[in-house]
Amino acid sequence: MILVYVDHDRGVLDELSLQALAAARGIDADVQAVLIGVDAVALAPRLGEFGVATAHVGVHDGLTDYAPMAAGRAVSQLAERLQPTAVLAAGSPRGNEVLAHAAAIVDEPFAADCTSITLGDGVSEVTRYRWAGNVFEEARVHAPMLYATTALHVFAADPQSGSAPAAIVEFAPDLTPADLAVRVLERTGGGGGGVSLAEAKVVVSGGRGVGEAGFGPLEELAELLGGTVGCSRVVTSAGWRPHAEQVGQTGTKVAPDLYIAIGISGATQHIAGCKNAKTMIAINSDPDATIMSFADYAVIGDAATVMPAIVEAVRAAKG
Amino acid sequence: MNVAVCIKRVPLSPGRWSLTPDATAIDTSGSAMGWTLSPHEECATEAAVQLIEADGGEVTAFSLGTADSTEQIRELMAVGVSRGVLLETGADEWDPQATAAALASAIRDDATTYDMVIVGTESADTSGYQVGVRIAHALGWPIVTNVKGLSVTGGVARCERVVGTDREVYEVSLPAVIAVKDGVNIPRYPSVPGRIKARKKPIDTVAPTATPARLEKIRLALPPQETGTATVLGTGPEAAPRVVEVLKEIGVLT
Repeated sequence: MILVYVDHDRGVLDELSLQALAAARGIDADVQAVLIGVDAVALAPRLGEFGVATAHVGVHDGLTDYAPMAAGRAVSQLAERLQPTAVLAAGSPRGNEVLAHAAAIVDEPFAADCTSITLGDGVSEVTRYRWAGNVFEEARVHAPMLYATTALHVFAADPQSGSAPAAIVEFAPDLTPADLAVRVLERTGGGGGGVSLAEAKVVVSGGRGVGEAGFGPLEELAELLGGTVGCSRVVTSAGWRPHAEQVGQTGTKVAPDLYIAIGISGATQHIAGCKNAKTMIAINSDPDATIMSFADYAVIGDAATVMPAIVEAVRAAKG
Repeated sequence: MNVAVCIKRVPLSPGRWSLTPDATAIDTSGSAMGWTLSPHEECATEAAVQLIEADGGEVTAFSLGTADSTEQIRELMAVGVSRGVLLETGADEWDPQATAAALASAIRDDATTYDMVIVGTESADTSGYQVGVRIAHALGWPIVTNVKGLSVTGGVARCERVVGTDREVYEVSLPAVIAVKDGVNIPRYPSVPGRIKARKKPIDTVAPTATPARLEKIRLALPPQETGTATVLGTGPEAAPRVVEVLKEIGVLT
């Protein structure tokens, strides 16, 4: 049996966790889920559609919002009791954090961002990302139970129609005040109900070639296409745009239906964050820019003249 | 307040990747290649220096690696780190468990008592997402990771992290481990006087205890190269109608 940590935010299912469920089912037909917090009770039955027969929900008075140390403690306690062959999660910031805690608590190894997993008796073999996916590492994990996360957007969520809802089994983790001290206390916006970069279907992203004053047409195009604006590290380092918009190895990794890279040369650290886009259009004055070898389509030209023309044409096409 | 930062010497990320002939490491022999710090850890150090500038105290940089890691420790001394502790290893890479155990015991056994340990959420090269978490558990301290905003008041660290379009706020009492992300601040450049002072600052060397790797690297591989077949839609503003056609074809414009 494989146990998968499924994340949620105040009762809203984390879609990325469905990728970890798909990876788990590719290894073992017997997949169980673990979710933390009473808010998860309502969403857990839906996991039946993703191959989960039983969903364990950790319930504790202190667990009212995301609490990574406590979640790690709860996951490790459940794993010690159920003795799965592996404990998996999605390689999201939260998935990597909760599994790092769980593995640290039981002093077992943890392999983050795996693209393949082969379980063995006491030794598992994994391929995992280094350098945010620019380099692959083949590794052996020496442990009776594998703690690992799956690299994002490598495994596709795989819903099965007509499957029975997952059965809910609540459990009471043994948590200390210290575990519960690390938790979300409040949230500040952001707000405004904008589209989050990580989940946007369209990302209109600008680099050095756009210039500090040139982001207006990018914002207009993003709005017309129901997407959001991203940017390269150069742009946030220069203070032209907020860090929350940075796409790349040290920023947000995105996998939209469409990524438009405008005035972005295609540094390794940027490509690591956008190479999983389904379609990429590059707009660049340099036809030899590195980004061109990653793009599906290209427009050669200066953002300052090309972008207003595209905004105009899209607006006209929408009527 | 005394702050320990944990930093790692890593190869500069190249435009084109290549591996050593035995495929166990990034090839750093090319003339354009060099070594640097993980970006998250430059920010970790800047955060530490800002805290002691406000409150007094000292920043110590701990690094597990070869003797060459002193180059990166000296760089950080030029921007405000007072002392370095090198946990000197051979050329073989240590796995995250062994690395964290060695760093935690060096921090615990150090003559200075620390109020805070600041690390990067993940290293640029091995991208393991766990050394900071393991150090926190070894020390019995709380940890907040993915931190994009940090302030300390009255022995409490207020941390912000970005989730979607929101910022989550955490507060933990010191001592604590904070794992930052690039973007939490903009690291300063070293000044010339800073570089001169750095030469005289002390670096202690300790010999950490090696344990067999439980996350054991066998070999590295490079993903398939992109073939570079972008279809050129046109040049300049005249390409706009072709862009609209593509947007319709892929279904983002209806």
